[in-house]
Amino acid sequence: MTDTPIRVLLAKIGLDGHDRGVKIVARALRDAGMEVVYTGLHRTAAEVVATAIQEDVDVIGVSLLSGAHMTLFPQIIELMKEQGVFDRHILMGGGVMPDEDVETLKELGVQAILGQDTPPDAIVECVRALVLARQRTV
Amino acid sequence: MSAAAWTELLERARGGHVPSISRLISGLESRQPGTSEVLTDVYAAGGRAHVIGITGSPGAGKSCLVNALLGELRGRGMRVAVIAVDPSSSLTGGAILGDRIRMQDHALDQGVFVRSMATRGRLGGVSRATVDAVAVLDAAGWDTVIVETIGVGQDELEIVRIAHTTAIVSVPGLGDDIQAIKAGLLEVGDIHVVNKADRPGADRTAAELTGMLMLSDLRASGWTLPVLLTVALDGTGLPEFADALAGHLAWLRSSGELVRRERVAAAASIRAIAKELLIERIQDPAVGSRFDELVEAVAARRTDPTSAARILVDGVARPSDLNPEKTL
Repeated sequence: MTDTPIRVLLAKIGLDGHDRGVKIVARALRDAGMEVVYTGLHRTAAEVVATAIQEDVDVIGVSLLSGAHMTLFPQIIELMKEQGVFDRHILMGGGVMPDEDVETLKELGVQAILGQDTPPDAIVECVRALVLARQRTV
Repeated sequence: MSAAAWTELLERARGGHVPSISRLISGLESRQPGTSEVLTDVYAAGGRAHVIGITGSPGAGKSCLVNALLGELRGRGMRVAVIAVDPSSSLTGGAILGDRIRMQDHALDQGVFVRSMATRGRLGGVSRATVDAVAVLDAAGWDTVIVETIGVGQDELEIVRIAHTTAIVSVPGLGDDIQAIKAGLLEVGDIHVVNKADRPGADRTAAELTGMLMLSDLRASGWTLPVLLTVALDGTGLPEFADALAGHLAWLRSSGELVRRERVAAAASIRAIAKELLIERIQDPAVGSRFDELVEAVAARRTDPTSAARILVDGVARPSDLNPEKTL
């Protein structure tokens, strides 16, 4: 049905303890009518992928301010492929990452990286556009 | 997806394939085309799981208690699935599903499945989505399915009727809390848990509960209603809680009460889903113009709300539609 809310998993991985941003994003997505599952701090890539599968979310949004993005995103992608769900969930990132890394991550399959200065409305629009473009089959 | 593809998904789910279980729950929740055909097979495949409802006031520590219970039940070799229900915003339809934050101890355990569900504007109590998700997890072979409800008041009792065993969670120090549950929840709880029992007043709360339960009808049925003290954060009282849940299931089986409860659950589910379907039909755009007409008529006091509602309901569900010829 068309009015099914978009489901988003927001995740914080590793030692990064800054969750103010992710909480504001959670609130913005909720206010836009989405269902937001938040993992809490200090998760592992494996925990995030397992959670995304059980919750069957449309989007996995990873907030990373620790500089570990070039390690953690490839780990997540690897795990998603291993478990056959890479096409099932849209992977997005947010936080502080150098432009050249952003390009590499997009080539790896992260569908969007939103910098720390992205306004909440733009995040909502980006999530909507990606979900709409995907034409989910199930 | 075609009905055949859903059936294939059900087969994979029954084989323990977690992504298939998840997809089936989503498909049924959002009523994807083809899913209504697979539901009968889902129900036929189930009937083995112990369905436990955990409810109580907001902030009583239900999610933490479920997390601790998961640890205890896993230690006993059981595979446990949890459906954690949180409210959707009535304004935007959005929701923050946060119960799972407290259950992260088990995020990588293959013997645990946790699914968060938002109420999606459905009235309190049992929603079709919850009933169907329980059925999927049962069909997929989980030993225990726990439904953690939103913090309930007195009107949302339907949820406990779909469970075999209902645990009511309360906390010390809220005299009014006991008042609130005494009329409604007290009558349906099979096990009472006073959580956060390391706080002052826990014994008194337990004593008050025990006192009130002396008058319960359930007691007359032969089941002794336990009142347990737990501290979910350090695991105190959890073995006793798990024992009580197992004890209740054993009693249900030996007393014949299980058969009666299955009927109650079936009746509650049918009623809840029928209500949902009826409301959906009334909200159907095809009925929309008639609805607007009735709104005008009531606002202008040409008729009353009850008569208008009756016209609407009669228009979408006539007794002749019940179709006695349909074989079951």
